[in-house]
Amino acid sequence: MTVRVGVVTFPGSLDDRDAQRAVRLAGAEPVALWHRDKDIHQVDAVVLPGGFSYGDYLRCGAISRFSPVMDTVIAQARDGMPVLGICNGFQVLCESHLLPGALTRNDSLHFVCRDQKLRIENAGTAWTSDYAQDQEITVPLKNGEGRFVADEHTLDALEAEGRVVARYLDVNPNGSYRDIAGISNAAGNVVGLMPHPEHAVEPLTGPGTEGLGFFTSILRKLVNA
Amino acid sequence: MSQKHLDTVSHAAETPDAEQPWAELGLKQDEYQRIRDILGRRPTGAELAMYSVMWSEHCSYKSSKVHLKQFGEKAPASDAMLVGIGENAGVVDVGQGYAVTFKVESHNHPSYIEPYQGAATGIGGIVRDILAMGARPVAVMDPLRFGAADHPDTKRVLPGVVAGIGGYGNCLGLPNIGGEIVFDPCYQGNPLVNALCVGVMKHEDIHLAKASGAGNQVILYGARTGGDGIGGVSVLASETFSDSGPAKRPAVQVGDPFQEKLLIECTLEVFAEKLVVGIQDLGGAGLSCATSELASAGSGGMRVELDRVPLRDATLSPEEILMSESQERMCAIVEPGKVARFLEICEKWDVIATVIGEVTDGERLEIFWHGEQVVDVPPRTVAHEGPTYQRPYARPDWQDELQADAPTAERLKRPVSGDELKAALLTLAAHPNQADKSWVTSQYDRYVLGNTVLAQPEDSGMIRIDEETNLGVAIATDGNGRYAKLDPYTGAQLALAEAYRNVAATGAKPLAVTDCLNFGSPEDPAVMWQFAEACRGLADACQVLGTPVTGGNVSLYNQTGETAIHPTPVVGVLGVIDDVNRRTPMAFAEEGQLIYLLGDTEDELGGSAWAQVAHDHLGGLPPKVDLERERLLGEILIAASRDGMIDAAHDLSDGGLAQALVESCLKGGRGARIVVPQGTDPFVLLFSESAGRAIVAVPRSEELRFTDMCGARGLPAARIGVVDGDSIEIQGHFSVALDELRTAHLETFPALLG
Repeated sequence: MTVRVGVVTFPGSLDDRDAQRAVRLAGAEPVALWHRDKDIHQVDAVVLPGGFSYGDYLRCGAISRFSPVMDTVIAQARDGMPVLGICNGFQVLCESHLLPGALTRNDSLHFVCRDQKLRIENAGTAWTSDYAQDQEITVPLKNGEGRFVADEHTLDALEAEGRVVARYLDVNPNGSYRDIAGISNAAGNVVGLMPHPEHAVEPLTGPGTEGLGFFTSILRKLVNA
Repeated sequence: MSQKHLDTVSHAAETPDAEQPWAELGLKQDEYQRIRDILGRRPTGAELAMYSVMWSEHCSYKSSKVHLKQFGEKAPASDAMLVGIGENAGVVDVGQGYAVTFKVESHNHPSYIEPYQGAATGIGGIVRDILAMGARPVAVMDPLRFGAADHPDTKRVLPGVVAGIGGYGNCLGLPNIGGEIVFDPCYQGNPLVNALCVGVMKHEDIHLAKASGAGNQVILYGARTGGDGIGGVSVLASETFSDSGPAKRPAVQVGDPFQEKLLIECTLEVFAEKLVVGIQDLGGAGLSCATSELASAGSGGMRVELDRVPLRDATLSPEEILMSESQERMCAIVEPGKVARFLEICEKWDVIATVIGEVTDGERLEIFWHGEQVVDVPPRTVAHEGPTYQRPYARPDWQDELQADAPTAERLKRPVSGDELKAALLTLAAHPNQADKSWVTSQYDRYVLGNTVLAQPEDSGMIRIDEETNLGVAIATDGNGRYAKLDPYTGAQLALAEAYRNVAATGAKPLAVTDCLNFGSPEDPAVMWQFAEACRGLADACQVLGTPVTGGNVSLYNQTGETAIHPTPVVGVLGVIDDVNRRTPMAFAEEGQLIYLLGDTEDELGGSAWAQVAHDHLGGLPPKVDLERERLLGEILIAASRDGMIDAAHDLSDGGLAQALVESCLKGGRGARIVVPQGTDPFVLLFSESAGRAIVAVPRSEELRFTDMCGARGLPAARIGVVDGDSIEIQGHFSVALDELRTAHLETFPALLG
């Protein structure tokens, strides 16, 4: 079967084509989804890409969360459809309450773009099963508001339940609490990630190809399902 | 200029003696008289507003035009040129049916007054220029120049400019792939914020700014028009700052990158459906510029109902609407049958679009305000037939004295011992001009769009433009105001030579040039001489190198009081590479590879980084330029890249061999062992800035093939060492550990800027 992965374009999405490319390189079929369209065309999974949807005005992700496409995405995610939110997509997932916590201004107060080392701390989610537990990977990171924050209780619960998907290594680039780079929901089908695995899928244009695993993971999961 | 007494065309004809604020709008007495002569009456307030902005130095090139002509007259024959000077940007054929458009522009004065918005809207403006040609913008670059790095005001200007470029460019989704950051006290009161954008399209998608076909509709789309940026080009960009500092903040525009992103996607979609006859972006001089340029370049006239323009501020007068430089607006000419679809696509992207007029079969640009005519002009007289000045120019009397003050060993103490040489290398590597710039560049997204093959600090930025064939383009910008101050003719040629060399060093073939000519006041004959000489030098050099100037920008009045900046021609070179997998990076990454120095090294320290850093000295002559040698070096670098003979290449420029070694070694995390050739002065070898040189890393298996090629073509190639260890060792003189170097090179910016 051909796995079809939808990539949503909001007004101001920037890395939508990159996410589509990563899906294609992983061997799946990318399907462009439009924010105003409730219909997600029977895709098997959805990526919410990076960017500055609605200019990040009000709060990052706060307006996108109310777009028609998100009604469907939120409902189907609750039913188990795999959803990956990258950067701005992570912010949308938090605003949608599919994931806990929030992303706030980097502690440096600067936008930061760098090749970031991560540790995959849960290789059991829909989007990380192609990685080894505790595998270290390097992918680009680029954000101005990427500092993951949550209350102590939530942080403790995320750690206790193995829902910290990835943690920053060597450098915490934005002041995220407990070096958290990505988390999942309890079921493991919804993952939010601040770094950009879709920019590490070709040796020519990225720091390597270690981001591809997120996209091959979903392919394998859906083919085997 | 109040709305209560609308100054209509008929009212103007009846009141020939009414006082008009032409001087406040930046017009000279004879220019005002000329407008009266053209119209046969006094202009209305709206007409005066249009002429004042369009005849400003910034829009009309009235002082520079006579010199810029050379770029056309001396242009080398080039098959690559598809659209030349005069359009929004030049267009170059890069093969496989692709065309590339690129241009560099200045936003200097706004960025000094309001660093964040000034720099942000600089990006916005150049991106719309590229978009208006029919291209998808694919990358930006920023050549920047600031005052002394440790001056308190630099701490205000630099972080604001960098945040503005990042804030706008990142939100727009364009990778920032390079540029320059230079500090010199001469830019203290007048930083240079130049912005370059490059875009890609298919040949058949090229669009031009002209309104033709009577009955075709004029559609204004994008942001609402507000009161920002009124008179930006006339009173702000075309005047000298007084010593009391900036006082013209309201003339700076405010940017909304989100709106611009929507404008890009929306515009590309209307292009794809072939809905557009002609298109123009609204930048400097706003609607005055767009309507008059479109009408002037077209076949007929144009009628505009100005009261239909969507406003942010309902109290704006017709004059203010015509002069407003509100950002993120475009103007398209659309056939009547296609208007509905055009508006539908705008609605899809939440972009406001309004039919404001139509193309007529007349010869006048006519603008109405609630039914009353406020403008009736021949559009060419506004857009393309403005005043032209033959400004007087003269070689300044201090030029001889400056050139006589050569940095000879007798005048400036040179390092001799190993310790002295090592200290000189470390000091240079840590100086803000040579230090690592990642404090700045890490605030820019270089990954978005997924086609960035090379980005800063590489010699040129490189973008893949076809994912199937791996066709790509490379761009470098360079300029050296110190060289140009010593000799503007040679300085401009050196800027071109360096950018050309940087493109070739990454393996791309240089094709075409864009330039941003930053100078002081044209009313100063010494500045005008510098400008004339730089234009002549650049045009002559382009002829030899076969790279035509496709467009660019002139920025004058870059001075504070009587003191002009160094003449600073910034040159951007675009090159093409058939397979981006063949690119040559700058890093020494493989232990044991051989380091070759290509080209001739002479005792040339005039205007050098060493003279600046060690002695705060500027005098003598800049390095000589040998353009035939530059071309040969370029051919060798491209051939070696294509045939896999070299694994790294880095051009030699400011800081000479010493700085090039530092950069290539630190980037690759490998050291180098260097042998100073017999009879060579180690100081000259390390710090001379002779042009036409590069270092390359050659795998041992390729050495014979590579040296044979250099020998056969007559390019001097000296084996000076080997990639090895974890220090840079100049044998018999000194050794410096990479860790120590890295600290010196990396810590400068964080220490200065936090």
